[in-house]
Amino acid sequence: MKQKILASRRYRKRSRFAEVWHRLIKNKGAVAGLFIIAMLALVAISVKYILDYDTQVIAQHISERLQKPSIHHLMGTDNFGRDIFFRLLYGARFSLSVGIVAVGIALTIGTTLGALAGYYGGATGEIIMRATDIFAAVPNLLMAIVIVTALGANTINLMIAVGVASVPQFVRVTRAAVLTVRTQEYVEAARAIGRNELAIIFFHILPNCLSPIIVMVTLRIASAIIAASSLSFLGIGVPPPTPEWGSMLSEGRRFLRGYSYITMFPGLAIMITVLAFNMVGDGLRDALDPKLKK
Amino acid sequence: MYRYVIKRLLMLIPIIIGVSFLIYFIMDLAPGDIISQMAAEATEDQIQALRHQYGYDRSVFYRYALYMKNLARGDLGTSFLTNKPVWDMYRERLPATLKLALGAMIVSILISIPLGILSAVRSGTIWDNIGMVFALLGLSMPNFWLGLLLIILFSLKLGWLPSGGDTGFLSIILPAITIGTGHTAIMTRTTRSSMIDVIHQDYLRTARAKGVPEKYVIRKHAFKNALIPIITIIGTQLSVSLGGAVLTETVFAWPGVGRLIIDSVNQRDVPTVTGGIIMTTILISIMLLIVDLLYAYVDPRIKAQYLRKEKG
Repeated sequence: MKQKILASRRYRKRSRFAEVWHRLIKNKGAVAGLFIIAMLALVAISVKYILDYDTQVIAQHISERLQKPSIHHLMGTDNFGRDIFFRLLYGARFSLSVGIVAVGIALTIGTTLGALAGYYGGATGEIIMRATDIFAAVPNLLMAIVIVTALGANTINLMIAVGVASVPQFVRVTRAAVLTVRTQEYVEAARAIGRNELAIIFFHILPNCLSPIIVMVTLRIASAIIAASSLSFLGIGVPPPTPEWGSMLSEGRRFLRGYSYITMFPGLAIMITVLAFNMVGDGLRDALDPKLKK
Repeated sequence: MYRYVIKRLLMLIPIIIGVSFLIYFIMDLAPGDIISQMAAEATEDQIQALRHQYGYDRSVFYRYALYMKNLARGDLGTSFLTNKPVWDMYRERLPATLKLALGAMIVSILISIPLGILSAVRSGTIWDNIGMVFALLGLSMPNFWLGLLLIILFSLKLGWLPSGGDTGFLSIILPAITIGTGHTAIMTRTTRSSMIDVIHQDYLRTARAKGVPEKYVIRKHAFKNALIPIITIIGTQLSVSLGGAVLTETVFAWPGVGRLIIDSVNQRDVPTVTGGIIMTTILISIMLLIVDLLYAYVDPRIKAQYLRKEKG
């Protein structure tokens, strides 16, 4: 009997996942987005073994400076003679990891606070939500700029700044989702059998609030990549000579006249990556909640 | 209605206190204070004198309390760098930011509303797909990059428009398009989905059934009822450009508030950063309040709700 119940539970879980997956892969945009993300992830993981960071990515070759795209340098070279294509490939590591870790930070803090605010309500909820309002009142990018200035400009601090600045969105989405779930009967049942409250929140309520959170994660990775490259562009993100796409773009600004390709390619790379995450986010939203599809 | 407005304005007070606290303390954590920037070659006595003058010989709590005491009297403090009142500096920069925000809004409304309506009315056709691809591209394009592309094309290659500074009408076009493109993307999607919601309502079928021409059905019956989400998104996007045009202002050397804040952050000018962000927060909150009040004018049902609450 127990085995039967377990089997049916497993079947149900698979079927829910399979259902969403089936709807997702019917969406051409989402499939294209997934493909691009998979390729980028592959590049980000393997580039370390293909290129030598010290000699091929950050080393200066002044004799080869400012060469236009050619067979030797697919995307040309920058003002220090570094190959832009190699730097772009390596840059995928930074941009993807900044985006993913930043959203990981926002997700961890935001969903925890949002779940507590939604579940407990009352004074706890009020305090969390008012603090969130204060945090959200400052524009996202300004908040990230102030935080990264305080912590100092490096990759880890950039992740923290972008992540912390995105916390309010996760708090609000999670709280809203928890509010709709917390009065459901299975939550009552869990309480009735004496499960402790944190277990109820994290094992019964949050798993049932995942749809809006998953969509939020995908879309926020896109915004985090843009925010991180924006900070590097402003000179307060990842410091040179790290091949971060935003700082590469910023370095190319001085050479717009005649050497516009230096800014063109990093910008394209950011746009394609962000586009991929946006397409997957849109596809996931439609797949998780077909009612939303318009 | 007045009570609602006053209540919303009063709610700003804790937000201002919270924001000032947050920014003041985070900025205090930043390595290298203003004294180290100003007194690179000063003697120890001069450094001590400067520390005393700017309150750096006391705790951050003391400095914050002093700042808040002045803020309560409407004084945003004096810039460490220029010695000018922060309010005067903010006031000097605000017109440029407002002009740019308005320009961006006009660009995005002119493009996104017709495009959104077209996508909704021709839902599922090639027009819809073109509109949505355009919106997705606009949403994914970093605006500092778009700004640089526009400079390359219209300033450097064609020589039609200036590449930076606030030098008249022509100089606003490129930065307005840069900010407007991001807004256009979001507004097109909202207009489309809001119109699609309305387009299938019974009262539109009735309007068509009684022979109202299609363009009137769309313009008068559908669009008016789809306006609430569109106004919300216009207001939100306007508030975004009031507070977050830092990048575009940097790319186009536009003398706006965003540029003032980022320059002050780099120089550790705490009063200017805190004052600038407080004023930006107030401006955004007022903008969002205006949006809420606009609902009442667009939708009589919402106005009735406000009035009922007031009576109750």
